[in-house]
Amino acid sequence: MKNVIYMDNNATTKVDEEVFEEMKPYFTSLYGNPSSMHTFGGQVGKKIDEARERVARLIGAQYPTEIIFTSCGTESNSTAVYSALQAYPDRKEIITTRVEHPAIMSLAPHLEKQGIAVVQLKVDKYGNLDLNEYDRYLNEDTALVTVMTANNETGVIFPVEKMAQMAKEKGVLFHTDAVQAAGKVPINMNNSVIDMLSISGHKLHAPKGVGALYLRRGTRFRPFLRGGHQERNRRSGTENVTSIIGLGKAVEIAQNHIDEENTRVKEMRDRLEDEILKRVPRTILNGDKKKRLPNTSNISFEFIEGEGILLLLNELGIAASSGSACTSGSLEPSHVLRAMGVPFTAAHGSIRFSLSRYNTMKEVDYVIENLPPVIERLRSISPYWQDGRPTIEFEPQYS
Amino acid sequence: MWNYTDKVKEYFMHPKNVGVITDADAVGDVGSITCGDALKLMLKVEDSTEKIIDAKFKTFGCGSAIASSSALTEMIIGKTIKEAEKITNQDIADYLGGLPKEKMHCSVLGREALETAIANYRGIDLKQLKEDEGPLVCQCFGIHEKFIEKIVMENSLKTVEEVTNYTKAGGGCQSCHPAIEDIIEKVWKDKGKYLHVREEAPKHKPAMTNLQKISLITETIDKEIRPSLVQDGGDLELIDIVGNEVFIALRGQCASCTSATYTTENVEVKLREMVSPDIVVHLQND
Repeated sequence: MKNVIYMDNNATTKVDEEVFEEMKPYFTSLYGNPSSMHTFGGQVGKKIDEARERVARLIGAQYPTEIIFTSCGTESNSTAVYSALQAYPDRKEIITTRVEHPAIMSLAPHLEKQGIAVVQLKVDKYGNLDLNEYDRYLNEDTALVTVMTANNETGVIFPVEKMAQMAKEKGVLFHTDAVQAAGKVPINMNNSVIDMLSISGHKLHAPKGVGALYLRRGTRFRPFLRGGHQERNRRSGTENVTSIIGLGKAVEIAQNHIDEENTRVKEMRDRLEDEILKRVPRTILNGDKKKRLPNTSNISFEFIEGEGILLLLNELGIAASSGSACTSGSLEPSHVLRAMGVPFTAAHGSIRFSLSRYNTMKEVDYVIENLPPVIERLRSISPYWQDGRPTIEFEPQYS
Repeated sequence: MWNYTDKVKEYFMHPKNVGVITDADAVGDVGSITCGDALKLMLKVEDSTEKIIDAKFKTFGCGSAIASSSALTEMIIGKTIKEAEKITNQDIADYLGGLPKEKMHCSVLGREALETAIANYRGIDLKQLKEDEGPLVCQCFGIHEKFIEKIVMENSLKTVEEVTNYTKAGGGCQSCHPAIEDIIEKVWKDKGKYLHVREEAPKHKPAMTNLQKISLITETIDKEIRPSLVQDGGDLELIDIVGNEVFIALRGQCASCTSATYTTENVEVKLREMVSPDIVVHLQND
């Protein structure tokens, strides 16, 4: 495999070399069980405590014990949702949005079968929520509000702090899926009323298969996995020691680089985006330009299909992703873009570039140079495009 | 990552016969940008022999849609209309060394374009063809009964999933799955085989068509729900019905009523009782 220009960091990230170094001894040398009485295991337990402190520091948690390690962001999310519903059995509603990650979205039909009403807040064409609508739905029957901090497809950031405040006033628990936001934008739980927050290791240069749930001290909680006493009985199962240690190191590094995300990474993203929008006609930026993660850009190329773009970019050694139907195996384009009302002519041809601090300006320039011919080539095959502009006369006779 | 054959990749990377025949003798336009793929096939046909002497295409769609279109043009050039007519979607897929099962609809799109072009060549009125399509089954992708029947028959399909892979029907809101199951059973019954494709027996009332459901919802709202609201100085407007989701707005006194959620719940309870237990009612605010 030749060198890849990796611009798919919202899908997953490279494990930082330092993270990997920190994990290594715990596979074959220091393999004790952190729960054991002997020093051989106990020293591993200390290392897990260190990881817990590091995660607490990244998100400004007051107490390290507010961090529960899990197997992934999905587990953190499910834990939060089912915990709230079990802890408040009389409350039969949850409020979420139409643009959540499948880790929350897919719970809805399942919950509805159990008699839980799931309110999905709508978004406008920039991907922003209507807080008046939110306010109208909040009520004493709401068991939980779960709203993502930042969207994985568009990078749009929601005002979760304000929303948590509104929930608190009505005595409603608030959870946020901060999987995409953690490590990219500052998070401070010490200065917040958010009750629960999910993060995932592999989105911030830790390995796959580890996540964490922040649980504010004093919040009612019911465990998702029951068994041994690990994680103070809140998440049973022998710890994924190496990955937790990796997560600890990764968040420490992320914290040291958080300014870089909002300067150098943002500069690269902005240049990539501005140049593509300038050089390629009939392109649309999806999502609010300002209230956005610094690394994400979601651009629609009208009249062509995203899979073709990705396949040709792949030939050029560029890795990105698409909200098109064809790439996912589903037949409909991304639920996020549809919720935003992005027209189908554009939703099928959306490409997400998500950068990281490992990208370089040179890579950005390579993409800027090589992307426009790819778009032109596919448009030359499209029946909706002729001689550098959209055709009007193409009307399918029946479909 | 799709597991495309080398041939599919080759035909996508270097498609043959892309372009436009301005004085085409036959044109087949199928699909739509909304549904995610569309193909325009143009043929040049020699009058005396009815031989296809040139074919060009333009395609909006994924890699396998472009590859299938290109393969189709290669397959038909040099054939007479009669010979070309015999090409099935499976032939197109085979020509490419096979397609991932989720992508079979790309070969069907090619076959459909060919059929439309041939009809166009023969001067058959496409509007007439449209009228013969039978009822609309899949609203999300605009797929009609006759088309599903034909594809089920030609490809010996046995499950809804296969029908979705081949035609896209049922790939959206999924509310037409029972109707697709009925079609599959009917086709196989006509072949003399009794299939029972439904995974579980319907729990409640027999499946309704979308039209039946919509009219029952409208009727229930008008007869069972609105009268009592109107009595209290309010009213209710039915905004939209998507699958089992019903969107309503409250009017008059109801609009400002603090128990709007309560009213919505009542509407839902009534509709679940009268129409289908799967109904979900959403309150829409202007």
